[in-house]
Amino acid sequence: MAEATLDQGDLMRTADGTPLKISIARAMRRNKLKALALIAPLFVFILFSFLIPIIDMSLRSVDNSVIPDVLPNTVAALADWDGEGLPPEEAFAALAADMKAGRESRDIGKVATRLNYELSGMRGTVMGTARRIASVDEGPYQEALIKANKDWSDPATWKLLKRLSSPYTMGYYLNAVDMRFDVDGNIEAQPDFRQIYVDLFLRTFWMSILITGLTILLGYPIAHLMATLPLRYSNLLMILVLLPFWTSLLVRTTAWIVMLQSEGVLNDLLVWVGVFSDDARPQLVYNKIGTIVAMTHILLPFMVLPLYSVMKTIPPSYMRAARSLGANQFTAFVRIYMPQTLSGIGAGSILVFILAIGYYITPALVGGTSGTLISNQIAYHMQQSLNWGLAAALGVILLATVIALYFLYNRIVGVDKMKLG
Amino acid sequence: MALPSYAGPGEIAWYYGYRFVCGLIFLFLIIPILVIIPLSFNSVPFFTFTPEMLSFDPAGYSLRWYKDFVNNPQWIHSLQNSFIIAIFSTILSTVLGTLAALGLSKPYTPYKAAIMGALISPMIVPLIISATGMFFFYTNVGLAQTHLGIILAHTALGTPFVVITVTATLVGFDQSLIRAAQNLGAAPPTVFFKVIMPLILPGVISGGLFAFITSFDEVVVVLFLADFDQRTIPLQMFSGLREQISPTILAVATILVTISILLLTSVELLRRRSERLRGMTPQ
Repeated sequence: MAEATLDQGDLMRTADGTPLKISIARAMRRNKLKALALIAPLFVFILFSFLIPIIDMSLRSVDNSVIPDVLPNTVAALADWDGEGLPPEEAFAALAADMKAGRESRDIGKVATRLNYELSGMRGTVMGTARRIASVDEGPYQEALIKANKDWSDPATWKLLKRLSSPYTMGYYLNAVDMRFDVDGNIEAQPDFRQIYVDLFLRTFWMSILITGLTILLGYPIAHLMATLPLRYSNLLMILVLLPFWTSLLVRTTAWIVMLQSEGVLNDLLVWVGVFSDDARPQLVYNKIGTIVAMTHILLPFMVLPLYSVMKTIPPSYMRAARSLGANQFTAFVRIYMPQTLSGIGAGSILVFILAIGYYITPALVGGTSGTLISNQIAYHMQQSLNWGLAAALGVILLATVIALYFLYNRIVGVDKMKLG
Repeated sequence: MALPSYAGPGEIAWYYGYRFVCGLIFLFLIIPILVIIPLSFNSVPFFTFTPEMLSFDPAGYSLRWYKDFVNNPQWIHSLQNSFIIAIFSTILSTVLGTLAALGLSKPYTPYKAAIMGALISPMIVPLIISATGMFFFYTNVGLAQTHLGIILAHTALGTPFVVITVTATLVGFDQSLIRAAQNLGAAPPTVFFKVIMPLILPGVISGGLFAFITSFDEVVVVLFLADFDQRTIPLQMFSGLREQISPTILAVATILVTISILLLTSVELLRRRSERLRGMTPQ
């Protein structure tokens, strides 16, 4: 007891008598809360306007709720079916009831679309059957359904329904890598003429690597020149890099269409100089060349800026030291200068690559059919084919790639050191 | 990097060759943007230089496409939309982003890396994915095809730039200035407007300009979220380039290039001012 009082007496206290340690901890906690309160509005905003929409979209890539929602009785009736031959009469009755209800609520079209992704022709089967079965009021429904459409006498149709009974599916992801489920639910490759996505992913990947390579090739010399020139010249040259960077993407894409199209500026120049005859103008746009040239131009500043900021920090005396120790220009450059710029090359490359694999606008405008990338296919499924599940699956694969690369970028540069302008 | 006096002929050739190549690369960067400016004054609907233009015949030039732009209600409407959307989303993202950057720059803020990652994610995620996600979600909550929806979407896309530029400005910010002001009896709002704000203003403005250009130039999200009523200039250009390609687009492009030159100049001036304020030599 006496000891305890003595201990307390020894403690440092603030004016109101609380021990200093507790008081500091309390003040610290208050500060932390204040800091978080400053961040909170933006965090909540980003959460609702951006992160939740992205997560919501990701979930669509495995979502299969339309079948269990619109055909609940059928799903229940098929639960005990062993998949041999045709299902029992009650499954037919359940399907007939679900179709009538679905036709009333107009949801049956969703089922038709969903089934059509898995097996082409199912849209007609479902819509036709729903129309005919509406006037049938009593069983046996097996006969009535088969009469409405003979697909219902095929066990494969029923196996498909049973396989899609679960509210989740991996089907879209399989589609996104050119695979599908066969009749028995095993995974198999898509028929040749439907295999497009793996090729498209590979094309996106290779074109992004090529574009990244080209930006290094073009960006390195000019970044080096700007880093070694006196400031008043390099600032002027910097404007030539920053002006494209600040110019609207649409303007730059328009500019390349104007430059490259067959009646365009570059072709006119080439014909005038005599490289090509007037009737043999090369096709430079609406194909891969167009996409590569325009995207290299658009992404070049993203390579030059990080390279420049790294090169700026390398003291010129290192090169002079190497030269004075007997290295020639080339050796000094390769062994002394270049290794110090690797972090800049890494940062720039990942930045350009991340931007390139997700590019949509430029390939859509100058890519024709051979120069489009995976983003264009996502937009196609979003806006034209309306196969949103597949669009989401392709999107999630792209997103996962980008996030992985971003972590790499963060490792190399650290996002807080990212420079703009 | 002047050529040293002891340089041999090989080195001299390399020196000039290297500069020549660099010159070509700079031309590659700038020529496409410069080419569209004279072409926008073309008097005929071609996308290339006519013989009249090359011989500097005044008849080869006209303001025809600019008149076309001004007299076309669709373009004017998109211009209005672009400005309305960009201005409101810039204000929102500047306010939200600056507050968050202030919070993030405190030394004791917990979970900094994770929060930063979440806040700048709209900049990392490819636009097509953001647009897809926003399309579903904004449709569900009834914000698709409204100006408000697009403003909110653009705000989300613009905030990372504000957070990054303001955080960068705050790196050189002396936190003890805040304590000094408080010590002298200033209330928190006074501290903010009299001490913090003047010092970080260049960063805030350049972040705001980035947010503005992000919104002003954005087309993928608009493509997914906009109805005819919300068409912006980039969307109008995008559909123009896909359908009926007319030199009016070049006139618009020239106007946009002028705007970007103005923005670039402001950002450069602000950046230099900010570096001077922090006591650093420019670059």
